[in-house]
Amino acid sequence: MAEKKSLFKEFSKGIVIENPVLRLVLGTCPTLATTTSVRSALGMGLAASIVLVCSNIVISALRKVIPSKVRIPAYIVVIAAFVTIVQMLVKAFTPELDEQLGVYLPLIVVNCIILGRAEAFAGKNPVLASAVDGLGMGVGFTAALFLMGTVREVLGAGSFLGMSIPVLSQNPMLIFILPPGGFFVFGMLMACVNRLAEHRGKPRAELRGCEACPMAATCKLHSEETPAEPQEKEATA
Amino acid sequence: MAKRLTVSASPHVRSHETTTGIMLDVILSLVPALVMSAVYFGTRALALAAVCVGTAVLSEYLARKIMKRDNTLGDLSAVVTGLILAFNLPATLPLWMAAIGSVIAIVIVKQMFGGIGQNFVNPAITARIILMMSFPSAMAKWIVPFSSAWSPDAVTAATPMAILNGTTDLAAAEGLPSLTQMLIGYHGGSMGEVCSVALLAGACYLLLRRVISPAIPVSFIGTVAVIMLIAGKGNWQFMVYELLGGGLILGAFFMATDYSTSPINRKGRIIFGIGCGLITSVIRLFGSLPEGVSFSIILMNILVPHIERLTTPKPFGYEKPEKKKEEAAKV
Repeated sequence: MAEKKSLFKEFSKGIVIENPVLRLVLGTCPTLATTTSVRSALGMGLAASIVLVCSNIVISALRKVIPSKVRIPAYIVVIAAFVTIVQMLVKAFTPELDEQLGVYLPLIVVNCIILGRAEAFAGKNPVLASAVDGLGMGVGFTAALFLMGTVREVLGAGSFLGMSIPVLSQNPMLIFILPPGGFFVFGMLMACVNRLAEHRGKPRAELRGCEACPMAATCKLHSEETPAEPQEKEATA
Repeated sequence: MAKRLTVSASPHVRSHETTTGIMLDVILSLVPALVMSAVYFGTRALALAAVCVGTAVLSEYLARKIMKRDNTLGDLSAVVTGLILAFNLPATLPLWMAAIGSVIAIVIVKQMFGGIGQNFVNPAITARIILMMSFPSAMAKWIVPFSSAWSPDAVTAATPMAILNGTTDLAAAEGLPSLTQMLIGYHGGSMGEVCSVALLAGACYLLLRRVISPAIPVSFIGTVAVIMLIAGKGNWQFMVYELLGGGLILGAFFMATDYSTSPINRKGRIIFGIGCGLITSVIRLFGSLPEGVSFSIILMNILVPHIERLTTPKPFGYEKPEKKKEEAAKV
């Protein structure tokens, strides 16, 4: 029972409190590039989520086999394998989406969210928890992209999922589908989510612990705080 | 006598200048150009100005109220921002677009960064650029003066800058107004930028009242003049067209000199002005856009903190830190 509750926590943290895009600020590049329309935003979110869940499972299963010195290349190989599978599937079944996403589909390989979760979570936790973590982060990523895509498409193109909206489509504010508008919507959403997360009665400092940070292993500040840990790691490696 | 011997902390000499007073001076200096635009573009220009100013004041009031900060309507800066924004818009622009521009200028550019004095770019220019990128066709609908701006089929006209875009040869440019027309503003263009004489009169008032210093406008316009003289192979008429056309005079005197977005000391201001002039000329001569004043000012606004750091004056008796290090190393 206790484990179930914590599993739900692993899932739900990815949606608001540790939302990968809006709270951890990872994967900003695909976020800004693919949210010009709801359709491509959803496609990007789903593709990345599938890769994230699968790679989290595999990396977590292999976490005791992978030597810590070469873990990043090993993670990348696993992630790249899944990205290739997803890319082939997208090309085969929805070539239109493949065209819309363009280079950003293969670029999921170097998406910081996926590598970040592998490094921060899947490399240290059991398979089930990693899968749930991946799922939560994926849902959070997709939700953030969907929200951004909705705002940008409705205001910038006057349509939603390609259907034009009566009044807005006459004079859409083009800037919303241009990069500056993307940054603006991104900042606004971040502010909203920050407020939402803080309203739950948790101060910022607690939420930004080193454990949640994907850079923790190599971070200078983190090693200063706990000097024993990295040295031990090196010794065992 | 007893009063004179009062001991107190500095400052001992206070200026009677207030923010409200300075803003009032700026508003007064804009009045001639506003009157001329009303003459050229009729009541539509006045309606546009009223909408811009009204929305700016309203959004300043609401933004301060929602953010639970004190009311700053009294300093009149929102009125100035609204008025300058209106000057930057074509007289035919739908009024709701102008209102959106005012909201962007006040809420996003000014209040979100902390209100008056805290904005890092000029609010009116940023709003104009955002409108230009959002509604490109409506923001480029320039009309001939005295053709009714209210009617949808007002006679449209290319601005002198659009006619001269990509060419330095005056003979090849068709439909170019005469130099006198350029001076009095009888040509297409934004509502407030057309009448150079009225703008210059306002600028003289500001200079005489010492609200603005001549460093930025002189270096800005001077740089454009020199570059255009070279680009036009010494043709002074081409240079004059470039100086009087577009938003150069409006930008150099009224927008580049904004206190919070321009450097503090003279050296910094001259660097700022030259930078503005360079970017404006490069966009006009080589860019696909006909006009570059607003982009040049916004880009230089962003560089201001770096200019300030480069031009910080050396305090009296200051020694360079490297020398000290060397001495310490010798010891």
